[in-house]
Amino acid sequence: MPEQLVFAMEVTLNGLMAGVLYALVALGFVLIYKASGIFNYAQGVMALFAAMTLVGIMNGQVPFAHLINAIFGTHVHEFGWSVPGFVAILLTLAVMVLLAWAVQRFVMRHLVGQEPIILFMATIGLAFFLEGVADLMWGSEIKTLDVGLPQGINLWIDETTFQIFDYGFFIDNLDIVATLIAALLVIALVAFSQYTKQGRAMRAVADDHQAALSVGISLNFIWVMVWSVAGFVALVAGIMWGTKSGVQFSLSLIALKALPVLMLGGFTSIPGAIVGGLIIGVGEKLFEFALGPALGGATENWFAYVLALIFLVFRPQGLFGEKIIERV
Amino acid sequence: MNKTLATMALSALMAAGPAMADLVIPDLSYRTGPFAAGGIPFSDGYNDYFTLLNERDGGIGGEPIRVIECETGYNTEKGVECYESTKGEGALVYQPLSTGITYQLIPKVTADGIPLHTMGYGRTSAANGKVFSNVFNYPANYWNGASGAVNHLLDINDGDLKGKTIALVYHNSAYGKEPIRTLEALSEKYGFELTLLPVDSPGQEQKSQWLQIRREKPDYVVLWGWGIMNQVAVQEAANIRYPMENFIGVWWSGAEFDVEPAGDKATGYKALTFTGLGDDYPVYDDLKKYVVDAGKTAGAGDQLGAVQYNRGLYAAMLAAEAIKTAQEMHGVTDITPAMMRDGMEALEITNAKMEGLGMAGFGPEFSVSCENHGGPGLVGVVQWDASTGTWNNIQDFKPTDGEVIGALINEDSAAYAAENNISERCE
Repeated sequence: MPEQLVFAMEVTLNGLMAGVLYALVALGFVLIYKASGIFNYAQGVMALFAAMTLVGIMNGQVPFAHLINAIFGTHVHEFGWSVPGFVAILLTLAVMVLLAWAVQRFVMRHLVGQEPIILFMATIGLAFFLEGVADLMWGSEIKTLDVGLPQGINLWIDETTFQIFDYGFFIDNLDIVATLIAALLVIALVAFSQYTKQGRAMRAVADDHQAALSVGISLNFIWVMVWSVAGFVALVAGIMWGTKSGVQFSLSLIALKALPVLMLGGFTSIPGAIVGGLIIGVGEKLFEFALGPALGGATENWFAYVLALIFLVFRPQGLFGEKIIERV
Repeated sequence: MNKTLATMALSALMAAGPAMADLVIPDLSYRTGPFAAGGIPFSDGYNDYFTLLNERDGGIGGEPIRVIECETGYNTEKGVECYESTKGEGALVYQPLSTGITYQLIPKVTADGIPLHTMGYGRTSAANGKVFSNVFNYPANYWNGASGAVNHLLDINDGDLKGKTIALVYHNSAYGKEPIRTLEALSEKYGFELTLLPVDSPGQEQKSQWLQIRREKPDYVVLWGWGIMNQVAVQEAANIRYPMENFIGVWWSGAEFDVEPAGDKATGYKALTFTGLGDDYPVYDDLKKYVVDAGKTAGAGDQLGAVQYNRGLYAAMLAAEAIKTAQEMHGVTDITPAMMRDGMEALEITNAKMEGLGMAGFGPEFSVSCENHGGPGLVGVVQWDASTGTWNNIQDFKPTDGEVIGALINEDSAAYAAENNISERCE
């Protein structure tokens, strides 16, 4: 087999893995948009906030330590204990549910019935506010996140592909774990929305929230639930990306990676987010591999958007999005 | 009645106006945003040194120092806003710790007559004082960094890099592209092959670049990153099991937080430097006594001795020494920005002077002149040891390729002078 073809296969596999990580971020957007029609600009910051909270809890860091010390003249920074990863994840999840409640109680509840652009602007405000709160709570320094996920080359794949192609493929163990977790997450989300009472209520709200209200579905409860689930997805994305690079404020920028995925997959489809992520991941990696050197490299960021725009021309609602027909 | 009103107005004006007797140093910091991890320790070191001088010595030459901190978030527009809002306070020197902000400030500071010091960053050709009257980038610039990296590789290859391959993984921005010209010139001179691998900002996703490195197996990789790009690059290098001792970063890719997320696998990674390591210097005893123990630290007080803290400390020390030089030159203690510029142009940093400051060996010896605003460009190399969590010095400050760099500086600064109708000075 030609060497370049073997390399392209390795690039494709890595593109698929990268696509899963993009899809993890995109899922959070889809969940909230599907249930409430809000494009949640704060989704990337939620991933950052979740990851910072997780590390803070694991390390026994005192939240708002700088503020407390500045006000009371104390020097407290840590509780002096560390919390196991699994317990810390559960506690972080509780914090994300609390955040969802606060967002609903103090922001979204007051904006029911407003234009989508108003709701979008509210989430921009929320993003900046949340970033500031995260900074105040946990500080700005880079934190190492280790919840026991494996990292580095998968030796089995390396050796197996070497025996077949005389070239060992590089696949990161973390990417494999992320793929498995993403698959479980999607199955769980689909099962939840199809087979549970709350899931069906969520879909009813998504279809027509006034009709849902008329049959006794609590809009407040559903929205808190949806923001909580989006918070959970943000936590998973934050763990994956944070394990790779340490937890730091740049994490919020992973939202940029989700936008072309949403444009391509559609804003309302969970499978669309996954398929969109995979297409973007593979597309940008293969393009960089094939034409990147001739174009000076660093093509991935813009190529993802070009790819999404091409799809938009032919299918404005995205691959799996719902077609909106408005009649006069 | 009129007299009373006039007195009241004058009193109010005096109370509201800036205290002109202070030595005003703006600190264009970034304690928030994606690059805060690097901005915080630098700013802490910068502020703490001036606090030390105020607390221990009563300022410089009896004049208290007033640091005005302004948050830029590493955002160029905000950086310019900070400059505009602070320059009227009598600002003596700006050090924005951002190449993007530097490029915007160069024409402004030149017009306003305020000096700009971009230590180890900014526009490299600003080292030519004949063209850039108000910009200084001593003791080392990006091209010294590129040459320093190649010199180190020459050292470990018995002076021969013919047939070797070097990949430059760089931030796809004005900052990241700075070393390319120098490395291309050096590749012609020494016969190594250079591969350029740009990474788009912020640099969270570098899989393509590192897969290419794994396929092509360059002998050495040079990293020119900032922010999250550094941590991801070190992690990806560890993932593909690239030999860390063959991986060398510029000084902005060589802080503790750049390597710590990769854990033990980061051991062996190298970085360039122009400042000392750790806190084993007498100045730290004074910092602990007058600043930390007195509860007057700029930050949490937990960054002392860290790479970027030391760099901020060093930048402040150079500013303070330039103020002293200006005070001596002009025979006044309350100096103006123009006098400060003169002081910077006549600055001389000797080992004896650094020893007197409790910072012996903290940086290279150098002197600045009208023609040379960049100093001698001496560069050292450090190596990370994850088991102890420390950087270790493996090469003292050494000269870089003045012949290649000098020619490039002259070429670039001449083009800038022609574009902006600048006549050369220092005749």
